[in-house]
Amino acid sequence: MTLLRLAWHSLLNRRTTVMLTIFTIALSIALLVLVEQLRQDVRDGFYRSVSGTDMIVGARTAPVQLLLNTVFGIGTPGNSISHETLEHIRDQRMVEWTIPLLIGDSHRGERVIGTTQDFFEHYRYADRQSLEMAAGEPFADLFDVVIGHQIARRFGYSVGDEIHLAHGGGNVSLHEHEAHPFTVRGALEPTGTPVDRNLYIPVNAYGVIHVGWESGVHRPGSGLDPDEAREQAHEHEPEEISAVLVGLTTPAAVFGLQRDLNEYEAEPLTALMPGITLQQLWRLTGVAELVLRAVAVLVVITGLLGMVTVLLTTLNERRREMAILRANGARAWQIAALLVFEAGLIVAGGLLLGILLAFGAIYALGPWLLEVFGLAVGVTLPEPWQWAVLGGIFVIGLLVALAPAIMAYRRTLADGMQVRL
Amino acid sequence: MNRVLDIEDLRFTWPGQDEAVLAIERLTIAPGEKLFLHGPSGSGKSTLLAAIGALVVPQAGRIELCGQDLSSLSRGGRDRFRADHLGVIFQQFNLLPWLDVTANVTLPCRFSRARARRAGDVEAAAARLLEGMDLESSLWHRRADQLSVGQQQRVAAARALIGQPDLVLADEPTSSLDADRRDRFLDLLFERIEEAGSALLFVSHDRQLAVRFDRVVDLPEINRAAMPA
Repeated sequence: MTLLRLAWHSLLNRRTTVMLTIFTIALSIALLVLVEQLRQDVRDGFYRSVSGTDMIVGARTAPVQLLLNTVFGIGTPGNSISHETLEHIRDQRMVEWTIPLLIGDSHRGERVIGTTQDFFEHYRYADRQSLEMAAGEPFADLFDVVIGHQIARRFGYSVGDEIHLAHGGGNVSLHEHEAHPFTVRGALEPTGTPVDRNLYIPVNAYGVIHVGWESGVHRPGSGLDPDEAREQAHEHEPEEISAVLVGLTTPAAVFGLQRDLNEYEAEPLTALMPGITLQQLWRLTGVAELVLRAVAVLVVITGLLGMVTVLLTTLNERRREMAILRANGARAWQIAALLVFEAGLIVAGGLLLGILLAFGAIYALGPWLLEVFGLAVGVTLPEPWQWAVLGGIFVIGLLVALAPAIMAYRRTLADGMQVRL
Repeated sequence: MNRVLDIEDLRFTWPGQDEAVLAIERLTIAPGEKLFLHGPSGSGKSTLLAAIGALVVPQAGRIELCGQDLSSLSRGGRDRFRADHLGVIFQQFNLLPWLDVTANVTLPCRFSRARARRAGDVEAAAARLLEGMDLESSLWHRRADQLSVGQQQRVAAARALIGQPDLVLADEPTSSLDADRRDRFLDLLFERIEEAGSALLFVSHDRQLAVRFDRVVDLPEINRAAMPA
């Protein structure tokens, strides 16, 4: 207790250097905590989006690619699967629901996805939550569009607004589906998933607006006007879709169905289980995460070494202090303990400040990350093993402080009571 | 037998050196005695003080402090013994600059339970001693480095005396003071020493001070090691 108080006063006396040292350690801890929290948040964010989907089926490709493209809009869309295949999947006994997805067009750089009412009914995210409408309703007309929360927020759209879709993806598109304006029929509540950044139109509208676009650009004079389109919509049920999300009656059926679909003879398919495919993805990103972690750990080590440097450089100027303490009854080990206590206070301060800094950064950057990357981050208390790591850093801080402490110990023994100038 | 300090046939050589620094046949201090030890620099007085403080262990001979043979104690035991029985005043820079005056005075009581017990209410004892050393109460909670050199020496004296140690070692405590302040310092120090009943070993090269002490010992005379060959 006495020593801790002495350590505290001694630190207070050198508060500028001490504050800087604490800040150095705090920054390194903040980096470590941030890397770990963001890593966790990214993973959770991905799981959130597919937590209610048992299987995703698309044209044969790498599962990771199919998953990234269909759910997260990362990468370019691959091949399509036929309507017959969709019917085949629907007909499977254990299939409870299917959500067809047609991907390709865009609006102001954001993805426009063709789907059906089933999407609003069956899609589940996070803890089996269903989609809620913030305003309006799901599709009522062929040329209705339902927009995600971010789309409504960023572009300021509300129910009743008319928008044009662009042919193909990308931020700037020269080709717009000018003949077919869409009306915003509904806006979704925020989900913290890529749904927030998508626009949804009826899958049949996808077919209709592409009549006359068979060559990739609009053939002048061709195409259907909206009223014709409404009449003929059933004829333009798209022959191909990009992928289908599948929900099963019993999760256990997933393995059999996956095998069947992967061996489907009519066309080559990839059927994936989102959770398992995400595991594969993490294995891919694991190396990058490891590098980030390693960097963070190195920075923490740098911070601790900085502290030891400060303690070592002060040893000389504190020689007199030590002699005074010794002459007044302090034992040599108490002098050494004083330095260890000081290091302990510095590291504890650094840890506390670092965690606060990290949480502050997450809190401050959260909205921006959600806006730009659609990444929902939140302040979550470190898990037990992360507490253990932080505790370990504290212990390591005390251990490295043993170097100056042992030096001080030896020196006090040699100096005795002599006060040297 | 009734001695605070009893040194017999002491011989000390610093490690790695050939010649002894100390070779003292006998030096004693009686309880409450004020001994002036005259020693010019190089006469081995720092080493002698370190030996009495049990910070260095002599190769031969015996140092008995309050009847306890120091060489028979472990390192930790010597530390505890020093803390319990000795008060120390240095030439200057006695105080921890980052503690306030009172905390500096009570410092020995933090390391020695015996001193704390004898002091009773440690804070009150510190206040009494500070008052006795003529330091105004407005200074008691100032940081030590805000005081003048003379004030700091008086704080150091108060600290050396808290918890009534058996022996106070003073190593040229007045050398940084001018004549007036030196006399005043000695007056106060003697008063407080007598109150506490401690013995005093006062080391100085300034013979002028010697007249005020009970006994004067010339270190070069008793230290045969330092005698020119």
